[in-house]
Amino acid sequence: MNEEDRKKPEGSGLSRRDFMKIGGMTLAVPMVASPKVLRVGGEDVEVYGPEKTMVTLNVNGKLMRAELEPRVTLLDALRESFDLTGSKRVCDRATCGACTVWLDEKPVYACGMLAIDAQGHKITTIEGISTPENMDAVQKAFWENDAQQCGFCTPGFVMATKAFVEKNPHATLEDARKGLSGNLCRCGTYVGIHSALRQLTGMKEA
Amino acid sequence: MADYKWPDQQHRSYLGKKIDRLDGPVKLTGRAKYTYDYNPKGLLYGALVTCPYARAKVLSVDTSAAEKMPGVKALKVVKTPGTETHWAGDEIVALAAVDERIAEDAARAVVVKYEVLPHFVQDEIEPPKDIPLASGPLSQEDLEDMFSNQVPEGKIADAIKTRGINWKPDEGFFKDLKGYGVDQVVIDALRGAQVKPGTAGPKSPYKRTAVQTEGDPDKAFAEAAYVVEGVYGMPVITHCCLETHGLVAEWPDQKSMNVHVSTQNVSGMAAQMAPMLNLSASDIHVEQQNIGGGFGSKFGPDSWGMHAAELSKMAGGAPVKMMLDRKVEQEMAGARPSAYGRVKVGADKDGNLIAWESNSWGTGGVTGGGSPPLPYLFRIPNQKKQHTAVSCNIGSARAWRAPNHPQASLLTECALDDLAAKMGMDPMDFFLKNIEMTGPRAKTYAEEFKIAAEMIGWKEKWHPRGDKTPGPLKRGLGLGLHTWGGRGHESHCDLTVHPDGGVEVRIGSQDLGTGTRTVIAIVIADAMGIPIEHVKVFLGDNKYPMSGASGGSTTSGGVSSSTHRAAVDARDALLAKVASSLKAQPEELEVVKGTVRVKSDHSRAMTWKQACAKVGPVGITVRGNNPDRTKPPDLTNSGIGGVQMAEVSVDIETGVVRVEKLMAVQDAGLIVSKKTCETQMLGGMIMAVSYSLYEEKVMDPTTGRMLNPNIEFYRLAGLPDIKDLRIHLHNTQEQENRGVIGIAEGAVTAPGTAISNAIANAIGVRVPFMPFTPGRVLAALEEHGQNAMAGGAM
Repeated sequence: MNEEDRKKPEGSGLSRRDFMKIGGMTLAVPMVASPKVLRVGGEDVEVYGPEKTMVTLNVNGKLMRAELEPRVTLLDALRESFDLTGSKRVCDRATCGACTVWLDEKPVYACGMLAIDAQGHKITTIEGISTPENMDAVQKAFWENDAQQCGFCTPGFVMATKAFVEKNPHATLEDARKGLSGNLCRCGTYVGIHSALRQLTGMKEA
Repeated sequence: MADYKWPDQQHRSYLGKKIDRLDGPVKLTGRAKYTYDYNPKGLLYGALVTCPYARAKVLSVDTSAAEKMPGVKALKVVKTPGTETHWAGDEIVALAAVDERIAEDAARAVVVKYEVLPHFVQDEIEPPKDIPLASGPLSQEDLEDMFSNQVPEGKIADAIKTRGINWKPDEGFFKDLKGYGVDQVVIDALRGAQVKPGTAGPKSPYKRTAVQTEGDPDKAFAEAAYVVEGVYGMPVITHCCLETHGLVAEWPDQKSMNVHVSTQNVSGMAAQMAPMLNLSASDIHVEQQNIGGGFGSKFGPDSWGMHAAELSKMAGGAPVKMMLDRKVEQEMAGARPSAYGRVKVGADKDGNLIAWESNSWGTGGVTGGGSPPLPYLFRIPNQKKQHTAVSCNIGSARAWRAPNHPQASLLTECALDDLAAKMGMDPMDFFLKNIEMTGPRAKTYAEEFKIAAEMIGWKEKWHPRGDKTPGPLKRGLGLGLHTWGGRGHESHCDLTVHPDGGVEVRIGSQDLGTGTRTVIAIVIADAMGIPIEHVKVFLGDNKYPMSGASGGSTTSGGVSSSTHRAAVDARDALLAKVASSLKAQPEELEVVKGTVRVKSDHSRAMTWKQACAKVGPVGITVRGNNPDRTKPPDLTNSGIGGVQMAEVSVDIETGVVRVEKLMAVQDAGLIVSKKTCETQMLGGMIMAVSYSLYEEKVMDPTTGRMLNPNIEFYRLAGLPDIKDLRIHLHNTQEQENRGVIGIAEGAVTAPGTAISNAIANAIGVRVPFMPFTPGRVLAALEEHGQNAMAGGAM
């Protein structure tokens, strides 16, 4: 669904309840929340809530639905409604990267985004990357280089690193240091992460 | 007779080798479940109403609106009217609701009225010199202070007799003291001491403790050829565990409780919770598979954990999750005590240390906190020292990796480095000249200095204070050394060999990410001579045999000793059962790489699986213990140490410090799991880079609130801050013979000191207080008129 579609007022004059009924019947159409549309400053503005609204998210290739208040973050929706707890809540204000997921292939902080805003996008969480029996190359590199301790920042680091190395296969270590500076680790596993990065890209110092 | 010694080189398939950690895949794929991730059906979410003032008296608490909100299932007033609070963030009300948003709304709907009281949060100010000596009854902390300051035991006993004590020690306490080797004279004094409980706290924020004199410091200073005096210090920092503190409590029935808790102390949790809930410890089931960081701050259920337990009971047993939010976590769930000191040291004309004087101070919260053992490592013959505990209205201190050691190391070794600079001596030469003062470890330190110096290129790169290279970027070298105990704690385990060849061990320990699971599997696999894949480790459950809390680097020594003994016993029991099938005596058999065979005739052999099939339908189960005097030798030991050297670059125009290199040489006894050991050491070094450059619990003197209770302004080091860090494990045969010793605390102590000394070496002046932010670096340059150094760049 493109930006234009998302902004389209979902039938002014149609009550939320009516829309929900329609949404419930047409399962093939991706379900979106039904904002009220108010005219503010000469523009149509979508207004959700404050009551719960049906939210449909495309997570790891599956459509998942939950009734959520509009103030629920994407992170909390993933963790609480869908039990996808690999993304961690740490700073809860878009600083540390422990909740990193991909929104249409781009790494984002899931705690810094509302679930309703993630509708219509393709969301990938750590659970969508692989299983413990069948790890991805990034995960194997982290394992072999022991780039983890308590593991709480680890899923976020894996998501950020995988996105980084796929986009920058020829990065230098300095590039990677900067590129991954949006993720923080408390146990101090950065040396292991450096080694994993070197293994993944054959990158050199400088 | 079983041989419980650690396997020799020929029998080590895993021990001391680089083995990938067992829990790697489950953590890397996001499948590892932490307490925060536990979402049982019917879960209620806890929330806290906390006090916004640093000190206040609660006048009224109105919860009526909150209780009426739909979805609120239980509510408890924690601080009733009339109660005083002592720090911003202190809990007033705890409640539970069907979802987190409702819980937060309900917390906001509680109306609390306070009388705001005066507070004090400025621990960095040097206390006045004329504070009277404390004369009231001694607290347990006072006692610990005296022990850590090596006050002679006769003097401790005298103080107990004249001042009394403010608590009644039980038999367990006396037993612990004996266990620590405390002299009987102190224990007798405590038994006979007058107990004066409930004494009011001091009115002044300052309490002088640990006043002590040895030798004749005044005379020694008068005779000294070189004397320097300086002020050094580090502020309160937080633990900042990525997984905040908290637990999920549920009551399956009125008489039992299940707890999922983020803890370093699985086996010890139930006994702490039970009395307050009118339960027996045996009624409480504690579980934890993974923990998102502890660093010394997660040993108890904490007050909010107890609230969750009570709220769950009030809500008919429904599970209540009470995980602190980041703000409250930073405010009250962990702080390392600050330490500052005015330190004077003197040496004779040949560079021999002869005199020490220190006036140190610091805070660990309202009760004051511990004092660093000064002077650190070096037993300088003439000493005068006193410590002042500063009572501040901040959340209470908790143990933080190597409690008191980074502080003591900084205050001592920076002063020694300044003295070396005054003498125009290379600090490595100066430290080595006086290394005998460190006692029995002196020879090891000397060896380690040489290795570290080679790793960093000390001889080629070191220059006297103040890098004279033109341009704003100045480079410098610095060093530090440290020590720690690390003896294995009490640990028990049950080990079962199943008839299908599988081996499982059950142990009430925990893996903090330090590699506990991996250590256990390595030990068992090598003791039994089987592939590591055969070993399954079950921990994190208090229904397994008790194993100690993970604090003070005691876990590796403890769990490796208990599981090793169990593995040896189980292997021998197995060999006894299969010996006749191989027409041999049990002692003629060995297990090598999964094959059971006769030592002298390898053709008489069977696979591990074939052997296990002969033991009967229930296999073999044995108990392993540490310590176990019936099964010598002692497999663990105490006392590790190391030397670290740092190379920094400092931009004297911007004040930005970068740690370019950090090299660590560490003796560590027998290494079990080399990979996780190295990771743990590097982790300590990185934490030290972080606290040296960035970390500080910033308190606002006016409001008494923490100004950075988050992660964006409570800065942690990131990937760009970490450059060339390397370690060398100094595991000589002599070291290996000492057995397994924990290494976690050691690595975090010396780097801060080395970085401080390297900065002084680079820019020619000492930056007195951590963290070494651009502002502090520029201020130090300014104060010493050294900004002229920038002239080279013009």
